Amino acid sequence: MTGGLEGPPPEERPRPAGRRNSQGIRIDPEVEAEPDTRRTVISALVKHEPGVLADVSGLFSRRQFNIESLTVGPTEDDERARITLVIEEPEPGIEQAKKQLRKLVPVISVRELEPDAMRRELMLIKVNATRPDRVAAVAEMYGGQTVDATPETATVQITGSRQKIEAAIETFSQFGIREISRTGTTALARGVEDTAARERPTPTYAEDGTPTSPQTTPSDDD
Amino acid sequence: MAHDSAGRTPMSERAASVTSPDDGEPHDEREAHEYEERATASPVTTGAEAVIRALENVGVEYAFGVQGGAIMPVYDALYHSDIEHVTMAHEQGASHAADAYGIVAGEPGVCLATSGPGATNLVTGIADADMDSDPMIALTGQVPTGMVGNDAFQETDTTGVTKPVTKANTFSSNPDTVGDDVGEAFALANTGRPGPTLVDLPKDVTLAETDSQPGPARVPDTYEVQERADDDVVRAAARRIEAAERPIMLLGGGVIKGDAHEECRAFAIDHEIPVVTTMPGLGAFPEDHELAMEMAGMHGTGYANMAITHCDTMVAVGTRFDDRLTGGIETFAPDAEIIHVDIDPAEISKNIHAEYPLVGDAATVLEQLAEAVTESPKATKWRAQCQQWKSEYPMAYQTPEDEPLKPEFVVEALDAATSDRAIVTTGVGQHQMWACQYWTFTEPRTWVSSHGLGTMGYGMPAAVGARLAADDDQEVICIEGDGSFLMTLQELAVAVREHLDITVVVLNNEYIGMVRQWQDAFFDGRHSASEYHWCPEFDTLAEAFGAKGFRIDEYDEVAETIEAALAYDGPSVIDAHIDPRANVYPMVPSGGDNGQFALSEDQL
Repeated sequence: MTGGLEGPPPEERPRPAGRRNSQGIRIDPEVEAEPDTRRTVISALVKHEPGVLADVSGLFSRRQFNIESLTVGPTEDDERARITLVIEEPEPGIEQAKKQLRKLVPVISVRELEPDAMRRELMLIKVNATRPDRVAAVAEMYGGQTVDATPETATVQITGSRQKIEAAIETFSQFGIREISRTGTTALARGVEDTAARERPTPTYAEDGTPTSPQTTPSDDD
Repeated sequence: MAHDSAGRTPMSERAASVTSPDDGEPHDEREAHEYEERATASPVTTGAEAVIRALENVGVEYAFGVQGGAIMPVYDALYHSDIEHVTMAHEQGASHAADAYGIVAGEPGVCLATSGPGATNLVTGIADADMDSDPMIALTGQVPTGMVGNDAFQETDTTGVTKPVTKANTFSSNPDTVGDDVGEAFALANTGRPGPTLVDLPKDVTLAETDSQPGPARVPDTYEVQERADDDVVRAAARRIEAAERPIMLLGGGVIKGDAHEECRAFAIDHEIPVVTTMPGLGAFPEDHELAMEMAGMHGTGYANMAITHCDTMVAVGTRFDDRLTGGIETFAPDAEIIHVDIDPAEISKNIHAEYPLVGDAATVLEQLAEAVTESPKATKWRAQCQQWKSEYPMAYQTPEDEPLKPEFVVEALDAATSDRAIVTTGVGQHQMWACQYWTFTEPRTWVSSHGLGTMGYGMPAAVGARLAADDDQEVICIEGDGSFLMTLQELAVAVREHLDITVVVLNNEYIGMVRQWQDAFFDGRHSASEYHWCPEFDTLAEAFGAKGFRIDEYDEVAETIEAALAYDGPSVIDAHIDPRANVYPMVPSGGDNGQFALSEDQL
């Protein structure tokens, strides 16, 4: 085949010393560590109109963000809904998810919540009722209530953090779990802080213009 | 006329028109009287008229489309409008023509199609515009709202289908606001990072009576664009540029879309910084300038790829660091600190981490940078190195007399025969790469191609849109391949009908050439479905369409044939039979190291 060009072949060319990782960040070529993932809660205030949930879920699946839960519901304002997302991604993925969310036209504001934010999930768990007193005791241990009881089954409602819900599932498994339904995490920031106010993080720089590392929120497994 | 939120207009209209023999008469008269008053107060009487009025309000001159059932009310409203409609042969052609119009004019191109197949046929062009951030608005007919969701004839969930490939889309359910929806879609397509938008227009909404004049075209209040970059980051970036030993500028398509080429050129020339472009960035910087390293990436020049690999500071403007540019992320500009200027914050650090993120309008941020940089980088050695790479890796090709015509020669001859402002449209494949490499681009908005989506067949319909957006003294040259041209050549009928002066040059190798090249390099030469056993004579075919046909086989026919084709007033097609074995080099294989580009097949 024809079409070759003149010039020094690849093996004779100088090569740069540096390297980037798969996130496009320059790294020490000797240390080929991939960045750790982090689980975090992102809250988005959106226009309460048809199709917004489809926009958000479509965006996350299309861009392959690793999403753990997505909840949506009305807010204090009839025209606004709040979407709460729990995602697990390396740092650049979290930043990218927030930026992509902000680009959706019906999205009003987006914020990643602090690790101390209030986050709650509700679970309905239906177990075999062979030992109803023990079921009631476990429910009480997790601050839950029995909401339905039949000779064969007991259904308990538990509210709390994801960790608490998972611990409860573990404990309830001794009775034989028939069905579970979980709502996914919903969350609000603590105190006077707004949960999803517009934020624009800008990197910080030292006097000489060298960038100091971007601020990262600590891991937030509560 | 009232409409409930579900938009069941036909029902309410029917209910209103029912006349009761007992008490209906006076009531109906009153209704008719009120309607007449509204009609004299405003020329807009239907949803469809509001749609057209919204387009007229923003100065739309051309629309590209194809008629059909559900869009008929809109076309009816277009009948008395000054907007010139170009009926395309296929809806895909309409979306590519609108896309190309948007690229050349810098204002959104408009395309129209009916529901169902009309809308789905637009999708390729919409996705193409989305990948390349081209301003475009698509208006699609839809079945009446009462039938939506019932799998009606020619019903498709158009907003659902196009959601992932539009900047924004909307299902317009109210005749009183349909004009505002169109205005908003136009504004969104054209504001911030451009892109395609779509308004789906149910037939009952466009047919419905309304006296509601569309208001000014505005983006929604949730849509914000940052014009100026953060001053602290600008200052930090300026210090980095001043301290650079091996600086380059990487100019992407955003420079052209943001009309920032003058600011970028001034910055590079003032500080003597070598300039590399991406493919959509062709024309952002004059390729005949000493500082021009031309296009980088998969089929970029050797010197551009050397410069990009060895730089220590990169001022990247309006680029999304596409994989055809970067090659493998790990080896992309591995010594460089990146100053990334982009109007879309989501592009910053998406693929390549930017130490200096500058979110804002390219021209504004370049002005900020120009002000903040007080001394030029000391890069004499680096510039000498760049010049040395230019001489080490020339784009020179051989033209042996005993071998068939080389495609590079045809591209260079075309460039020589046309003005600096000539517009080049292309399809996708080898011919497109030769056009990038061997045409010397010096002006913005003269390169019209399918970059991100890589849509074969883009060139011919794009030439129609480009021709109507171009000035009369700008030649429009469509460089196509035989395989690519065959996908959309029916749009030649439109060029003939509309008497558009377009010169099509088919670089005909009777192969799907780029696939054939990859099969030779990576699939042991098995030419699966890339080789033709028969190919039409494009010159004869052109004549059948009513265009002028030419054929080139030999070097000595090239110049005079091009001259004759350019002189022909109307569409002409040159079927240039080139060396079927010609390959595109340099080449960085997918995911490869830019600095290790191959100069021939044995280096892959």
